[in-house]
Amino acid sequence: MHYELTRFPLVKALLKNRWPQMLVWLVMLAGFLFAILSGFFGTPVGNRNFGIVFVWIAWWAVLILVAVPFFGRGWCSVCPIPLPGEWLQRGAIMNPPGNKPKWYNLRWPNKLRNIWLQNLTFTLVALFSSVILTTPKVTAIVLAAMIFLAIGMSMVFERRTFCRYICPVSGFIGLYAQAAPLELRVKDKQVCLTCKDKPCYNGSPAGYGCPWDVFPGGLTKNTYCGLCMECLRTCPYENIAVNTRPFSDDLAKPSTRMDEAFKAFIMLGAAMIYAGEFLGPWGSLKLAAYSVGSISWFGYLVAFLVFIFGLLPALFLGAVWIGNKLSQATAALKKSFTAFATSLVPLGLMFWVAFSLSFVLTNAAYIFSSLSDPFGWGWNLFGTAAIPWQPILTTILLPLQTLALAGGLLWTASTARKAGSEVKVSPVPVIVFSTAATVAMLGLLL
Amino acid sequence: MSKKKWIFGVLFVMAGAVIVFAPLPVRATPPTLRTFRIEASQFAYTPAVLAVNPGDTVTIELVSTDVVHGLYLDGYGVSVTADPGQTARLTFIADKSGSFRFRCNVTCGALHPFMIGKLQVGPNTWLWRAIVLTILAALVIPILRPNLPRARAG
Repeated sequence: MHYELTRFPLVKALLKNRWPQMLVWLVMLAGFLFAILSGFFGTPVGNRNFGIVFVWIAWWAVLILVAVPFFGRGWCSVCPIPLPGEWLQRGAIMNPPGNKPKWYNLRWPNKLRNIWLQNLTFTLVALFSSVILTTPKVTAIVLAAMIFLAIGMSMVFERRTFCRYICPVSGFIGLYAQAAPLELRVKDKQVCLTCKDKPCYNGSPAGYGCPWDVFPGGLTKNTYCGLCMECLRTCPYENIAVNTRPFSDDLAKPSTRMDEAFKAFIMLGAAMIYAGEFLGPWGSLKLAAYSVGSISWFGYLVAFLVFIFGLLPALFLGAVWIGNKLSQATAALKKSFTAFATSLVPLGLMFWVAFSLSFVLTNAAYIFSSLSDPFGWGWNLFGTAAIPWQPILTTILLPLQTLALAGGLLWTASTARKAGSEVKVSPVPVIVFSTAATVAMLGLLL
Repeated sequence: MSKKKWIFGVLFVMAGAVIVFAPLPVRATPPTLRTFRIEASQFAYTPAVLAVNPGDTVTIELVSTDVVHGLYLDGYGVSVTADPGQTARLTFIADKSGSFRFRCNVTCGALHPFMIGKLQVGPNTWLWRAIVLTILAALVIPILRPNLPRARAG
């Protein structure tokens, strides 16, 4: 059941007007730059530093518990990282200036038009996460590197190449945005087919061509639509709509791409590893992950990569193969593999929700103190600097995590059934695989 | 949704409620005094997992081997702080069953927020309930919507 939100004039006006989005963007950009500053110049104690607390606790909580599950790529529509580069690329901050960009404006190479690079960048960040999450200076370096890389890529390549092909966060937001109950779609595809100039893709005096290099008329899933609202501004036929819809609407159409399948494994596996590493009682595992360059860290690196790129996909492939045999399916194993990997999207999302609940509720108290004393310099701006650390809502944590994981499995089973119907393969072995993964996650969290 | 599926759906919800809330037989063990010596160092407790019976009087002797560390016990809300080389004691009655994390509550270094241990009071019944609930969740779709793809004739 789809319901068009842009049918309300106020909603449409707010989304079409550049100012509301720009105001949010500027607040985000200010917060982002402040996080970098506090990382470089503030206290090296992570849980007392604004950069660490606001990026990895506050922002992460909002992103994974609210923004991604309910708004899909909603965060991408207000993310400040591409802004400076985009302003330079366009030679304008607000409306199109009407002349062509002065920079190279190259097309991104065809061979790299996939999310393998995003898989790589996320894996790299994940491998160093113990250091990034806890060391303000390293967080600042990573954030600064992202913004400078985005600027550099905007100078060389057209549109938002960084967001679409490099950003480690964008990759998994895109994957999980398929499950969100919000979408941007065209109202009537026939209108797009007869539209001559395609201003939604090429731009017009009313707005820029799709920064995400997507032709809205061909949109069938949320993965690569950044919800920037440019097409809403440029479409001369008012043919763009923002709709609410049932959860996981896109997942009824299983993916055929191996890069997207591996993104699902990376996210699922990383959530499991993090649950053990950050929330478990194993000090040697934490130290191994933190001691970058040491022998134990190399052991961690190998185990991380083998688990995510070897063990999980191999077990999953085995499950799909059994399903193929049970169904005497004629579909190629690769096709079944990628189709069923789509069913891991809800499971992975709920693994992250369950992990983040624990991580966020036990560390949220730091938000109050770092708000008043962002640099750890002894300030008390809002009178909250002395609020002591204390975990919050830990009594309902286990039931919430259980609900998230059991609900995620139910959701995955339903998605696997749809994928199975597409490729004519029994989903039962994939459901068994997902159940085993969920039980393992329960063991790590509870 | 058909009437049959509604009935199955309601049955599944009821089964889930039974799994979560049904009282389980408790093996009564007379309360005893339990003392644990825990060494705290960046960023681990040794031992990191403690198991006691419900009703036991638990004393934790926390010894820090490097910097100042603390121990805060989730669910019980009690805590203790140990200076390097000093032994600090925390005594409480384990009157709540289940699995509880304990954490360092004195900033002790980079990985401080992740310095975690676990106290097990009685069997971890919530974990077992959660596992059974998960298996039930896995069965819902195959039972409620059994029209899985049929095997094709060779």
